[in-house]
Amino acid sequence: MTKQTFKILGSRPIRPDGVEKVTGKALFGADKSVSGMLHARILRSPHAHAEIVSIDTGKAEALAGVKAVITGDDFAPVENQETLYTMQNCMAQGRALYDGHAVAAVAATSRKIAGEALSLIEVRYKTLPHVTDVDEAMKPGAPLLHEGVKGRHLGDDVSGNTVSYCRFGHGDVEAGFAGADKIVERSFKTAAAHQGYIEPHACLADLGADGRGDLWCSTQGHYLVRETCAEIMQMEASQLRVTASEIGGGFGGKTTIFIEPVALMLSRKAGKPVKVVMNRDEVFRASGPTMSSSMDIKIGMRKDGKITAAQARLRYQGGAFPYEMVSMGAMSAFAAYDLEHVQTEGWDVMTNRPKMISYRAPGAPMAVYAVESVVDELCRTLELDPLDTRLKNAAREGVKSSYGPRFKAIGLVECLEAARAHPHYSAPLAANTGRGVSCGFWFNFGGQVSVSMAINTDGTVNLIEGNPDIGGSRASISMMAAEALGIPLGRVRTTIGDTASIGFSDTTDGSRVTFAVGIATINAANAAIREMCKRAAKIWEIDEDAVEWVDGAAQPAGHNAGDFPPMSLAEIAATSGKTGGPIAGHHEGAPDKAGVSFGVHLVDVEVDPETGFTAIKRYTAFQDAGKAIHPAYVEGQIQGGVVQGIGWALNEEYVYGTDGRLQNPGFLDYRIPVASDLPMIDAVIIEVPNPGHPFGVRGVGETSIVPPLAAVSNGVAQAIGQRLFELPMSPPKILKAIS
Amino acid sequence: MARVVIFGSLRAYTDGVGEVEIAASTTRALLKELARRYPGLREVIEAGVSLAIDGEVFKEAWFTPIGEDSEVVVMPLMVGG
Repeated sequence: MTKQTFKILGSRPIRPDGVEKVTGKALFGADKSVSGMLHARILRSPHAHAEIVSIDTGKAEALAGVKAVITGDDFAPVENQETLYTMQNCMAQGRALYDGHAVAAVAATSRKIAGEALSLIEVRYKTLPHVTDVDEAMKPGAPLLHEGVKGRHLGDDVSGNTVSYCRFGHGDVEAGFAGADKIVERSFKTAAAHQGYIEPHACLADLGADGRGDLWCSTQGHYLVRETCAEIMQMEASQLRVTASEIGGGFGGKTTIFIEPVALMLSRKAGKPVKVVMNRDEVFRASGPTMSSSMDIKIGMRKDGKITAAQARLRYQGGAFPYEMVSMGAMSAFAAYDLEHVQTEGWDVMTNRPKMISYRAPGAPMAVYAVESVVDELCRTLELDPLDTRLKNAAREGVKSSYGPRFKAIGLVECLEAARAHPHYSAPLAANTGRGVSCGFWFNFGGQVSVSMAINTDGTVNLIEGNPDIGGSRASISMMAAEALGIPLGRVRTTIGDTASIGFSDTTDGSRVTFAVGIATINAANAAIREMCKRAAKIWEIDEDAVEWVDGAAQPAGHNAGDFPPMSLAEIAATSGKTGGPIAGHHEGAPDKAGVSFGVHLVDVEVDPETGFTAIKRYTAFQDAGKAIHPAYVEGQIQGGVVQGIGWALNEEYVYGTDGRLQNPGFLDYRIPVASDLPMIDAVIIEVPNPGHPFGVRGVGETSIVPPLAAVSNGVAQAIGQRLFELPMSPPKILKAIS
Repeated sequence: MARVVIFGSLRAYTDGVGEVEIAASTTRALLKELARRYPGLREVIEAGVSLAIDGEVFKEAWFTPIGEDSEVVVMPLMVGG
């Protein structure tokens, strides 16, 4: 795909949502209030696993100010098994499956009264054996989360908590290992990490006596919320209007629901609007973190650096309900390499922990951490340059990937070459420092999308789309609309429609929005352009086919060329009332061919030998964006992913006691990196256009969290002269290793 | 005919067969034929799969055309964050 030239794409205009956010005008999930609104609180299980023998809500209901109390008994069964699990995650039925699992909820005239009412609810539990570790949960005889959900074709060597199995690869790994000069085989563990979005889950539900409802919530996908909640509440989707608030971070963690059915059920019961806002303790205990993992990696390499065979066995822990995610890790593990012999296996396992949900490139960071750690060890053992070695084995166009398909145009080699040529790579290292390298990969995808574009009579454009803006999509969509229409960016305003105002859109995930909504926007613009050319043709009294669109204006073409001066979008729009009525373009579709994305990261770390504390001294991330629509947002996505990956590598972890209770449900004890902890993250954008998008766009939101775990670990390994095989590498662990 | 590659763990439902040839002009026709030949795959297909056609990944797109000599890789349904 040849590189195109653009007038607007690639520039860095001021963020359209910036003023509202910095002035406090933007309304987030908890900011919405309506007259007569009630406040709800949720009672949560203190046990990791317990039968709910009885719940007595009488005293709570009698408390002045309490308007409704609900338990799992208020929710009728739903047919769809996946929705049933979602519902039972929002409100336990029969058993509490993890510390923090909701067992009852109260709506009252104030949050304080609701809190007092919670203390009056009497729950009798019968505690049951629990398990929170993935390897323990897989063992036959482990405490069972659910009966009858064991993955098909799994044998007696694993417990019924093992809900899925996958295997990918090609070639003959044993033959490949036989050709290796050096084989390294290691086992790794990573902790569950939370997305750490600053805004807790929050919603406001209003379910009227007429059966119609409104729901305002912080979500990555309000159509998903509508469909799931409508099913749970047994109402028609059209009768529930869901509006996505501004969102204070999601990173995958808001691609499901946790509190919305609770608010809706309380509202239905009380006959009043009900607001639910999680506190941070609840976010940690009862929303969805990512998976923890236990992994075995084996890689063989020749002395010249060529990988001869690679094998991975991944065991992921995903909490209290069936799920399937390890396949994404299994497919990502060796994606950066051109391998003749490769095999990856994965198992998804349930435990007594909150149900996992996506976190940026779900499943990939931990698998790539383990693989890139072993590649690094091989490079150091064989005294090979880590970037040269990766280049020698790098996946490129036409290579059969480790998960099956052959790659189309990809930018891994370009990222590796840019990293090798960057001054960071050759900069001298100080004492107690190490330099880590890692590749990373993510798939990206397209999916369903709806866009509606109105051409206003003053020559401006209103565009409505159905994906919550979690990373700057209103800017990038406006820019693509302006580019396609040939008008100044300032004339386009993009807003996010509620579920009653525009057709369905998939959730904002999979790094899909700039890609998929972008394609829909270009198609909607083209539809509007066709109509505007038609109007101009009528005015000029020439054939429609004899009109073309150039630089934001219709102009006669062919044998009519030059007969009339160009007619701008604004001029055509101004007379639209007389030429056939309003002009608009819309597009509904499900674009595919999203194009995968690669990144390469370099990091310098300094380890304090007295405390075990690791400081990030320098970080440079190279990533193929296809075409960076708004480079500042792309850099922001890269920097954000890097920071989250650093946190995962160094500090973040769900810590469970032997009682199965979460020990650190707060930011004091669950340490995420903040700006003052880190140097500026240098983001280097590589542009290898995606042939599947008219402007060459690839998703950029997820790849950046994949390499940091291994990059930091490889840096620490060099700094302290030994490798740790478990994340996070918190100071006590490093101190123990070096002392 | 399109060459259809079935990823490793799905081969438990195809008697170990990893590649089959199927005459189909669309992804829907291909998946229907795959489910007919290997009934054990039906549940997986109905739950949702992605297909890579000549290297391009498609997520549940029934009417995507498939070329005579295309390579189609059956993959798990893509998810993301």
